Amino acid sequence: MSEQKTPRVATKMVPVQSHAIVPDRDADKSPVLECHHLGIDFGGLTAVNEFNLMIGRTEIAGLIGPNGAGKTTVFNLLTKVYQPTRGTILLDGNDTSKRTTAHINRAGIARTFQNIRLFANLSVEDNVKLGLHNHINYGMWGGVFRLPRYWHEEKTAHERAMELLSIFDMADLADAQAGSLPYGAQRRLEIVRALATNPSLLLLDEPAAGMNPSETAELMDNIVKIRDLFQIAVMLIEHDMNLVMGICEGICVLNFGEVIAKGSPAEIKSNPVVIEAYLGKKDKKEGA
Amino acid sequence: MSFLNSLISGISLGSIYAIIALGYTMVYGIAKMLNFAHGDVIMVGAYICFFAVSRFSLPPLLGVLVAVVVCTILGMTIEKLAYAPLRSAPSLAVLITAIGVSYFLQNAALLLWSPNPKVFPDFFKSVGRDGEAHTGLALGPLRISYVTLVTILVCLAIMAALTFFINNGKLGKAMRACSEDKDAARLMGINVNTTISATFAIGSGLAAIAGVLYMSAYPTLVPTTGSMPGIKAFTAAVFGGIGSIPGAFLGGLLLGVIEIFAKAYISTQLSDAVVFAVLIVVLLVKPSGLLGKVIREKV
Repeated sequence: MSEQKTPRVATKMVPVQSHAIVPDRDADKSPVLECHHLGIDFGGLTAVNEFNLMIGRTEIAGLIGPNGAGKTTVFNLLTKVYQPTRGTILLDGNDTSKRTTAHINRAGIARTFQNIRLFANLSVEDNVKLGLHNHINYGMWGGVFRLPRYWHEEKTAHERAMELLSIFDMADLADAQAGSLPYGAQRRLEIVRALATNPSLLLLDEPAAGMNPSETAELMDNIVKIRDLFQIAVMLIEHDMNLVMGICEGICVLNFGEVIAKGSPAEIKSNPVVIEAYLGKKDKKEGA
Repeated sequence: MSFLNSLISGISLGSIYAIIALGYTMVYGIAKMLNFAHGDVIMVGAYICFFAVSRFSLPPLLGVLVAVVVCTILGMTIEKLAYAPLRSAPSLAVLITAIGVSYFLQNAALLLWSPNPKVFPDFFKSVGRDGEAHTGLALGPLRISYVTLVTILVCLAIMAALTFFINNGKLGKAMRACSEDKDAARLMGINVNTTISATFAIGSGLAAIAGVLYMSAYPTLVPTTGSMPGIKAFTAAVFGGIGSIPGAFLGGLLLGVIEIFAKAYISTQLSDAVVFAVLIVVLLVKPSGLLGKVIREKV
């Protein structure tokens, strides 16, 4: 964490509730996501406990922590892949406790996966169109009988898919089979597919995993571009500290399912509790 | 010429197997379960069409339509009541439930419609100007009955329509997405339950059509009528590669042709044994079926 380039962002983080912070430009807007006392138990094991978080409208937030800290579990809770045992999740101020995964997506959370989960046998364009699924409006009969509405909606979907792909320089790959793309392109396609669902919060689970430094730099630019272009919030899980410290405005550190620190990159970097969680206790190391 | 005649009746029987196998393979591909009650849906479809035509004297086409509608609703109801609650249960539990549903349908038919065989009306008989009944075309020594012709044409039409449907439009895409990764599909906002329900609807509707075609070729209708074509079609689906739509088509056709040739050239009694022996050999050589995808287990 020490050999760190100058941070690209210098957002000032301001407190909006007792212990929640969002970027100052979002302070007068309602947060996109709030978690209060969120927790989940698997049998007797508490995987996540007392998770409190607030994400601003256009914030790029980071969720970091050692392996097994519960980061992906948090994403699974937010998308209702797991049902929380305790606590509430407010999306745009609305309680999500009765929502299913598909509802959550329609209400505005999209995500990518730690290990790529594209529809590998479908074309690149069809993958994006599946993201657009709920924005294509024709019923079963319109589809069966190919009514004018079907042609109109399919054309709109095609145009939208191509537009999204071209933002990430993938328009020429539209007809390729998703599973045949190189690794980096598959990762990008997963992000495009998630964006197609028109989210207000995009969750990225280790977007830079397996990428080389130049690909990671491109990804960082892309994430900032997504935020600026779509005016949405992004929350990412990442182990690459250059990426996290470079673009995240607010960072939340998890260890053993508990939040151990929250703050700006500078605060996190100098926080002794975080350093301990990552590197172990100082005296122990010296003693060994 | 008997060779050609056998080939044509083989293709015709195979077409029926193919239509039924589509139901097995689509449900397997999307819901990852074997719906052993599928064969009995065929039987229900045949009974509905029989009553619609013989008791309520509806025109045959309307009778088929009624059977399709009833089976579609039946298929969706079975899915909602019996399989949907077991979505996250181990696959063995779902399999046993499917067998249970199969017996339930057979016994319900036994109660409702009695075990007495019914003779399915011949829809394809036309009376010519000479007052004689025509049941088919004669091309030289080659005889093609109308049933055979219609069966083959209907099967081709269904295959074409289904392939088009699966590859175009949003429900087809949603089905393919669910078949690859249900969780990822959910996270794209796709309603997986609706998609599975639609799959059962399509499969059961096709089963009704297959039931009518099967009955037109073998017109004795009893409550257990559906089980044999059901098992053969399941074999066809496995033969072609379960989960694959072209596989079901190919498997169905091959199975029908092999069965008829075995009847014609080997032995009528042994025909089923030959069919299943071929299946065993194919699965030994290519365990994923003829057109099946090889799934590599991650380690």
